[in-house]
Amino acid sequence: MASLSLTINGKKQTIDADPQMPLLWAIRDVVGLKGTKFGCGIAQCGACTVHLNGTPIRSCSTPVSAAAGKKITTIEGIGTEKNLHPVQQAWIEEQVPQCGYCQSGQIMSAVALLKDKPSPTDADIDAAMRGNICRCGTYGRIRKAIHTAAKLSKETASASGK
Amino acid sequence: MKPQLPSIDRRSFLKAAGLTGTGLLLGFTARANGTSQVVNLNAAADPNALVAFELNPFILIDNAGNITIINHRPDMGQGSWQAVPTMIAEELEVTLDQITIRQSDGLRKYGSQLSGGSSTVRTGWKRLREVGAAARQMFIESAAARWNVPVSECHAEKGTVKHSSGKSLTYGELVDDASKREVPKTVQLKAKKDFKLIGQPLQRPDIPSKVTGKAVFGMDVTVPGMLYASVEHCPVIHGKVVSIDDSATKKIPGVKAVVKTERPMPHRKAEAVAVVATSYWAALQGRRALKVQWDKAGYDQSMTTSTYFREMREKSKQDAFPFYTAGDFKAAYEAAPKKLEGFYETPFLAHAPMEPEVAVAHVKPDGSCEIWAPVQGPDGAIGEVSQYLGIKPEQVKVTVPFLGGAFGRKAYLDFVLEAVHISKQVKAPVKLVWTREDDITQGPYRPGMLSAMRGAVDAGGNIVAFEHKAIGESIQRQVFKANIDNKADEWVGESINDKECPYGFPNANVGYNNVKTDIPIVWWRSVYASNTPFGHECFFDELAHAGGKDPLALRLEMLEKAKGTAKPEGQEKGIPVVDRFIQVLKVLREKSGWEKPLAEGQGKGVAIARSFGSQCAHAIFVTKKGNGVKIDRVVSVMDCGMYVNPDNVRAQTEGNIVYGLTAAVKNGITFTNGQADQTNFHDYQVLRLDEMPAVEIHLIENEEAPGGVGEPGLPAVAPALCNAIFAATGKRIRTLPFDLNNLPS
Repeated sequence: MASLSLTINGKKQTIDADPQMPLLWAIRDVVGLKGTKFGCGIAQCGACTVHLNGTPIRSCSTPVSAAAGKKITTIEGIGTEKNLHPVQQAWIEEQVPQCGYCQSGQIMSAVALLKDKPSPTDADIDAAMRGNICRCGTYGRIRKAIHTAAKLSKETASASGK
Repeated sequence: MKPQLPSIDRRSFLKAAGLTGTGLLLGFTARANGTSQVVNLNAAADPNALVAFELNPFILIDNAGNITIINHRPDMGQGSWQAVPTMIAEELEVTLDQITIRQSDGLRKYGSQLSGGSSTVRTGWKRLREVGAAARQMFIESAAARWNVPVSECHAEKGTVKHSSGKSLTYGELVDDASKREVPKTVQLKAKKDFKLIGQPLQRPDIPSKVTGKAVFGMDVTVPGMLYASVEHCPVIHGKVVSIDDSATKKIPGVKAVVKTERPMPHRKAEAVAVVATSYWAALQGRRALKVQWDKAGYDQSMTTSTYFREMREKSKQDAFPFYTAGDFKAAYEAAPKKLEGFYETPFLAHAPMEPEVAVAHVKPDGSCEIWAPVQGPDGAIGEVSQYLGIKPEQVKVTVPFLGGAFGRKAYLDFVLEAVHISKQVKAPVKLVWTREDDITQGPYRPGMLSAMRGAVDAGGNIVAFEHKAIGESIQRQVFKANIDNKADEWVGESINDKECPYGFPNANVGYNNVKTDIPIVWWRSVYASNTPFGHECFFDELAHAGGKDPLALRLEMLEKAKGTAKPEGQEKGIPVVDRFIQVLKVLREKSGWEKPLAEGQGKGVAIARSFGSQCAHAIFVTKKGNGVKIDRVVSVMDCGMYVNPDNVRAQTEGNIVYGLTAAVKNGITFTNGQADQTNFHDYQVLRLDEMPAVEIHLIENEEAPGGVGEPGLPAVAPALCNAIFAATGKRIRTLPFDLNNLPS
């Protein structure tokens, strides 16, 4: 066990954990943020996607010690029901989720994609999203929602004069 | 509306209203003083309706006007969270943003709470609307009485009763009066044209919580004092524990106990070893450090899928037990100028829902048990857990959060009973989490099946003989111990019997033969309709090509000939199935541009199947690419009768296309020497976003009773794809799965 300092969604906290514990379980079971999901444990499905210093990573295969001192962002840090991120807004507009279990990871991958490429092509979406499995089969809507989110982001930016 | 766990605090509600499944008897529980006295308002008036003492409180309204509607069918993504409340709210005259939705807890008063068989809307359609209509009528009568005006001058909208003079009272203001009224014996249900909510593409109320990470899934349940468990299962599933070396396990910080446990399946009880710890990570590490010696008990010899498939081919030489026969197949086949035959194989498949099996169980000191788990039926969980522990159903409490996918898997409660067994031993609430490897290697699976096909066409290209012997293990036999040794298993006949498949072959022999396996099997999205239409619809395509006919045109030609012969099962007045098939195929022909010529290297395929009360056809278009093909587009036509939410019908059909394509072109489950050869998503691959074809879905509008939606989009996917591949490449694929990029020669 070790004392580790984590910054999750802008909040600094110290936890006691096995340094080898995957970040996923530290976030879920130690910190108590349940939005990030367990799907495969071997970085194959993307349900556990979070951002580490802004880059999407698979938290199920990242030891918590590797995240110490870095900025961790989870689905809870992206937006709330009252203050939705454009990607979340688009996800609602296109009615993407079915069971919803993979969608935190999908959204985290999409947010990172749009930060990188504000107007992604279908090929960009393919490349950025193929690591996230959805068994309900919402892929068509995810693609549509990413294009919608790109539009919404631009509208938000122009409305705020940025 | 906030998704909430179904902890209904009765004291917070003054009135709870609902109807029985058998009549329009309404009761109210929970008096204002907090006791739960039951008042049956109609018992005196109708002594024959005593069965109705069992209440169905789907609607709860308090004096403040808060309206709660119960969803009695767990939501695994299929949309019951919206569909059930919508049917009630439509007749109750409230809007969806006025209500809070809660999940039922398995008590009998709700009736069957199993999400399965695409049955939620089909079975709730009349009953749930009656529940809403009766309550609405009681509110209107209460208001009319209070105002001393005729009922005919009042109407209800948005949770308020209005009088023609303009005055109004809310349901909250009326609930005390309404609770004292007699329940109407009959209610007037709205016609389709008067629906305000049903039929509209309303946004799903669960989605905001699912995009913000706030939705509570089974995996997210935490209860005070909870320990975590990870279980080492036998690699050959049914083996026995010979010895356990837990010396390394016990050194891992957080590990509390190592206990021998069991995984009760309907046909076998497997032995296993559980590591219980203060965190899931410690439990998992502890499990990895275990050394368990197993007695494979001969299962390494008996469970090999290649052997099973060989046995099925052998069995195909025998006569099958018929679903139906027509004319004289043998004579027509032998006399025909052109004969074809072929074996079609579909593999075992794991459901692989994104949320692996997980359950929190607490066997308490007083012997009672509480469960929090993503199960498809809380009532089934109460039944199985109480039976397993030898306690009364009333001693089991079940809470069902959202299910992170299920596809049939979470109506098989081995993982819940396993958690119960561990909790009983360690005397604490235990959260059992299966790994993805547990999920893929332990089953239960969709059974692998063989379709042995024979058929013939005459000189005019007409199909004159058609035989389909469906062969394989029976879910009813393995799970419910049904004896199907000498009969056709009707579950296997879904989609290929003559009530569901109305081609009207003049000479036909369609039947079933059982071949047994110990590999655990269970229903998987669309059950056997996910297996048998592959052979049925591809072989039809083979015969059409052999007779020189367009496969879609030949279907229509045969269906037109068969008109007036086939009726939908159990639905005397409805549009006959044969006419619904004709309409679906004609719409598909038009919407897909079926008759437009294709470029060199392109091909199109069609297939249609009816299952769970709905008919769905797909046209799939492909283009040759190297030694494989690329799927250009999928055009689908769905006739599910009346529906609650058209956008959800589309979403479910999109999902079925993805699930069906995965089943066709990704990995199957194979067993070698008793062990599954696949373990996780790297070797049990599923379709990914970059492989998603363009999809276009068209819905048929009619006033037929609702059919299923969660499954019927799946059966025709694989055959439509393989028929398209034949058209583009000349390669006839008869074994699933196959590699889309490197077709078998």
